Amino acid sequence: MNTEDHRLHNACAYTLGNVEQGEPCCVPVPHIQVQDLAVSYHGKTVLQGVSLDINKGCITALIGPSGCGKTSFLSSLNRLTDLIPGSRVQGSIRIDGEEVSAPRLDVMTLRRKVGMIFQKPNPFPLSIRRNLEMPLREHGVQARSELDGRVERALCDVGLWEEVKDRLDSSALALSGGQQQRLCIARALALEPSILLMDEPCSALDPIASVVVEDLIRSLCNRYTVVIVTHNLAQARRVANYAAFFWMTERVGRLIEFGRCQALFDNPSHELTAAYIAGTSG
Amino acid sequence: MRKQTKKFGDILLTMVVWLATALVVGVFLWLLGDVVVHGLGKLSSDFLLDAPQNAGRDGGIAPILVSTLLILMVALTVTIPLGLATAVYLSEYATGSLARILRMSLNVLAGVPSIVFGLFGNALFCIALGMGFSIWSGGLTLACMMLPLFIVTAEAGLSAVTVEWRSGAAALGLSRAAALWHVLLPAAAPAITAGLMLSIGRALAETAALIFTSGYVDRMPESLSDSGRALSVHIYDLSMNVSGGDAAAYGSALVLIVLLLVINNAAVSLSERFLRVRKTP
Repeated sequence: MNTEDHRLHNACAYTLGNVEQGEPCCVPVPHIQVQDLAVSYHGKTVLQGVSLDINKGCITALIGPSGCGKTSFLSSLNRLTDLIPGSRVQGSIRIDGEEVSAPRLDVMTLRRKVGMIFQKPNPFPLSIRRNLEMPLREHGVQARSELDGRVERALCDVGLWEEVKDRLDSSALALSGGQQQRLCIARALALEPSILLMDEPCSALDPIASVVVEDLIRSLCNRYTVVIVTHNLAQARRVANYAAFFWMTERVGRLIEFGRCQALFDNPSHELTAAYIAGTSG
Repeated sequence: MRKQTKKFGDILLTMVVWLATALVVGVFLWLLGDVVVHGLGKLSSDFLLDAPQNAGRDGGIAPILVSTLLILMVALTVTIPLGLATAVYLSEYATGSLARILRMSLNVLAGVPSIVFGLFGNALFCIALGMGFSIWSGGLTLACMMLPLFIVTAEAGLSAVTVEWRSGAAALGLSRAAALWHVLLPAAAPAITAGLMLSIGRALAETAALIFTSGYVDRMPESLSDSGRALSVHIYDLSMNVSGGDAAAYGSALVLIVLLLVINNAAVSLSERFLRVRKTP
């Protein structure tokens, strides 16, 4: 499928219109507030001293070389770090003002609110429909009409509805890589999250599928708070409103610079950022 | 010069590999052919439906077939739930020394000769628990033998489920039970089936453990507390203790092989059905 087709699809399929890049499309209200975050695995610190506010409805790109703690940062936001034995998260992360590490917070509810998309598309070995329905059912959505509605809406939102509406009951694993990734995004969207975390969502896709997914991510702006890890600087520049540059100093990942995407790329205030963006380091 | 040696080495390797394969296939075909050639003449509906007469030289194997299936049923009823639960525990929950001890005991158990299981089953089920020589005793003893094999393969299957699916399920806020039921078990189903088939194969082939537990009696069992003779025991008896019983032994062996094939096929198609994208009601 070429990009032209896809744009045509989007015109009728998205429930909300695409937001043009460059417009002031997000509000300067902090949605995720991170204060002095540190992440360690088995006593080895991989990320330290990270403080930043991620604004509501904006796309924030995390850039920087491999191993500087971007993914650790991302996974601590929905407490997926809990799955890694020996992991320890210190500092404060507040989402909508609520501390995510608070003992009374329900992790299942947190993860429903904070969706996550992985590097490799990971649809379950179920049908397309069941991939979307199963998590919904587990979160208590049982009514047939509501399930059908949510499935269709989510698939429309990712521009997949027209492509799969006739084969909802066939295996999700038969879809192409790009379709699988969009299905995974739809699966997260069906749970009606307010935040989407994306860990290099395009890096396992071919260039054409990557363009489609990138367009999709851009269309999420203003509707969801998106935090995206990417190694593709051009992509960060194209999709993001804000950018955060991570770098490893003394074997520990740190946040070096954070600001409006355009400003960070055009006029970096830190020399490490300047060197990384210019391609002379990292 | 060196190129020549290399080429020669390649040809030699290819030949060795082919020869080994041919040998293995040959032995298997010979065995199968031998059983089919000698056993086919014996095979008839009467053979399957009649009771054995004249110590098994004449008549059929109906009670033996029934006993075999009942023993297998008892064994599977115990093995599948217990084995799956243990495999899930090992792959999803177990950490530290308890898991290490459990794994070690499973490995030891998997290597114990079947005659030892037979003696153990006799002591525990037949005598200590007062079940006597019965289908219960035989099936439970077989379950003890099948469990280690089944658990080890099922656990390997569960552990091999990719981390992408695990973290994907967690990131969607699924509970542990939901992730297990909807994602991990279906994904591991082929490995679990393979483990089940290996276990069934081991159970159907078992003679030593059953002689001590389910016994020799070749009458039609009236309940699970009756003694029942398994097919493998019947074959052993016919070929070792009954002169002139060879033809019936071959016939029984052929039935055993066919039974194994049927059960394997059923297991594979069941798991495919389980794995096949489950449609919404």
